[in-house]
Amino acid sequence: MTYDPGYNFAYLDESTKRMIRRAILKGVAIPGHQVPFGSREMPLPYGWGTGGIQVTASILGPDDTLKVIDQGADDTTNAVSIRAFFRRVAGVATTERTAEATVIQTRHRIPEHPLTEQQIIVYQVPMPEPLFRLEPRIAETKRMHALADYGLMHVRLYEDIARHGHIATSYNYPVMVNGRYLMAPSPIPAFDNPKMDQMPALQLFGAGREKRIYAVPPYTGVRSLDFDDHPFRPIRAPHACALCGSRESYLDEVITDDSGGKMFVCSDTSYCTERQTAREAAE
Amino acid sequence: METRYPGFADPVLDAQASFRAVLEAMSRPGRVQAVVAPPELPPGLSPAAAAMLLTLVDAATPLHLTAGAEAEAWVRFHCGCPLVEVQDAVFVLDPAARLEALDAGTEEEPENGATLILEVAGLEEGRGWRLRGPGIRGEHRLQVRGAPEGFLAAWARNRARFPRGVDVILCAGVQIAALPRTVQIEEG
Amino acid sequence: MYVATKGGEQAIGAAHAWLAETRRGDTALPEIEVAQIAEQLGLAADRVMAEGSCYDRGLAALAVKQAKGDLIEAAFLLRAYRTTLPRFGASAPLETGAMHIRRRISATYKDLPGGQVLGPTFDYTHRLLDFALAAAGSAPEPVPEAEPEPGNTPRVTELLAREGLMQRETPSAEEPGDLTREPLSFPAPRPVRLQALARGDEGFLLGLGYSTQRGYGNSHPFVGEIRVGEVAVEFTPPELGFPIEIGDITVTECQMVNQFKGSRTQPPQFTRGYGLVFGHGERKAMAMSLVDRALRAEEMGEEPVAPAQQQEFVLYHSDNVEATGFVEHLKLPHYVDFQSELENLRTMRETALNAAAE
Repeated sequence: MTYDPGYNFAYLDESTKRMIRRAILKGVAIPGHQVPFGSREMPLPYGWGTGGIQVTASILGPDDTLKVIDQGADDTTNAVSIRAFFRRVAGVATTERTAEATVIQTRHRIPEHPLTEQQIIVYQVPMPEPLFRLEPRIAETKRMHALADYGLMHVRLYEDIARHGHIATSYNYPVMVNGRYLMAPSPIPAFDNPKMDQMPALQLFGAGREKRIYAVPPYTGVRSLDFDDHPFRPIRAPHACALCGSRESYLDEVITDDSGGKMFVCSDTSYCTERQTAREAAE
Repeated sequence: METRYPGFADPVLDAQASFRAVLEAMSRPGRVQAVVAPPELPPGLSPAAAAMLLTLVDAATPLHLTAGAEAEAWVRFHCGCPLVEVQDAVFVLDPAARLEALDAGTEEEPENGATLILEVAGLEEGRGWRLRGPGIRGEHRLQVRGAPEGFLAAWARNRARFPRGVDVILCAGVQIAALPRTVQIEEG
Repeated sequence: MYVATKGGEQAIGAAHAWLAETRRGDTALPEIEVAQIAEQLGLAADRVMAEGSCYDRGLAALAVKQAKGDLIEAAFLLRAYRTTLPRFGASAPLETGAMHIRRRISATYKDLPGGQVLGPTFDYTHRLLDFALAAAGSAPEPVPEAEPEPGNTPRVTELLAREGLMQRETPSAEEPGDLTREPLSFPAPRPVRLQALARGDEGFLLGLGYSTQRGYGNSHPFVGEIRVGEVAVEFTPPELGFPIEIGDITVTECQMVNQFKGSRTQPPQFTRGYGLVFGHGERKAMAMSLVDRALRAEEMGEEPVAPAQQQEFVLYHSDNVEATGFVEHLKLPHYVDFQSELENLRTMRETALNAAAE
């Protein structure tokens, strides 16, 4: 293992790591509760995953294998950039294969391949407060979380149903964690929400600009908000992947020409590649 | 008072390994983990407790410690933390401390609830207490030898005030197990 | 056959190389030196030091060069560097009363001890493009220097305070909070608010300060004084136990005098809005002092109704490194969210069209 000798292992200084580690532990002990932390100014811009990067930097060790995805893909520019950052400052092994990774940092997706007890998934979070569109004042939302007063959110979802016949939220769909805290799952598609429930892996969430860390321990109840007569339903484009044929995975829509041509391909590139390879091997 | 006892052999990587052990312990209550201990210990501290202090405590976290003068000198030097009374502490290492005496945080800021580092005689998975809650699929069993008198009753009261509460790291030798405030414990 | 785009790493490498090339520009022209930026674009370096929260002219000038003159990008570079530095402790409060004055003006008194010192200011220049500057090679004539007035230059607000007309600020022995170490929480104490404002975006504070003058916050400000110059920074190393001077820094201080009606328990008094920034930054210091006063609304028993009076609104939005990050992150891929919205919208339209057809 070699890393840039100009910086401490994994970039952050030890006292910053300790501060973040303490916040992570309290986050795990209070599932879904946002713990404020002294987020540092990172060499990448806010909005580019500084929260996730600080969480990853604080947990990462030399024996870890890191996977970084953005929009489900390992080769999106920002995923490439973050992976290169950790290769440089921590010298860790990296992988694109979900099953090989011990730490997965993600923006906007949960991999299709089910995660295991040996893995930690770190979400990059832009807005940790699930209520921010309804109440922008943090002092107010803090009070609502203290009282578990989530009436506002139920009213909003109900208004959706009244207007559109169903809940019109398709990503960053609010969840209740362990029956107590309302939590923003980060802008993953609602399609991914069910994967969070009773997940064997530990889920950590870092919001750098908003300076909040939160967590969902393994095997913890994560329920997407819904109503008895309007149950939660994940949305997925009703097609098969044009590359691997999957009818289960979340799909990206790709425009192929300017006369209405389009196709659908897996957003999880690692999953898609593995399926294609397996199919070729079988042929 | 100076200390002649060292900290971690590798302050960066040993702290990382010990943190992952306690993160795993807190995430999967009742599962026993091993820490990386400093090469030599001041009297009064188990290897696991010493590793937890080095991993988590610093100038920003007041500590309540009743492990003797050698241990105090050691934490002052290696952690640089203020030593305080139990109710003002973020971390507490005191076998006599009652859970109710520790800061439990507030409804708005439950993360300010303190962490109790509790030295016990032994930890063993697969038998003993029955643990349920977040981090546990079904049930974990954990045998804790040498837990304080009346601990389970105190724990039930601690759990009842969620989200306020205290979290516990149990230490025995180089082993740890954790009890986050969410965990429900029944006598085995 | 469709092949998913690959090669992000190569694309990034190429983009960085192109950026470096455009930074250098036409190689027939001499490369600009960092020292030239520090000297000849001094106000740019000052702004970067202020918003980058790091007093180092050389590094600020380097950041300006690296950022191709984008000052927010430069402040970001300086911040990211600053965050890697060890923190030794807090300095003693600056004694701006003992400032080596370069410029000092008061709008409240015609004359006062220490005098009005106009200093190097744009204030009374006619904004006519100076085509002589387009031709390089001429240095301006040296300006005649007057002897500084003997004695200190007392602060205007201190003169008022002695008469009981200005509310005194009670000094605190407590070390002020540091929002670079601890996240903001509300209500935020004034030292933390001032820190946020001192690091805050000049344009944002300017707009907010301006709004208080136009009725959004109902302030009646007078510039008690603005002073620009060098002050000594003192620090007490724990191992010494007594303060030592570690250097001089240039700062701009603005004390804004504001009306206060008084209350049942207090006779009417002026109150203060305070601005202090690294380097020469009058616009920023003045805007900061307007916003500081506006943020004291609750403490003064005023209803915080205007944007400039609302702590969360001001402090959460004044940081341009945070703001630019979140605004600009919208250009990162959002395919996944957008796809979910597409499917959602298609379903909703289908439902609506079917309903209309029935």
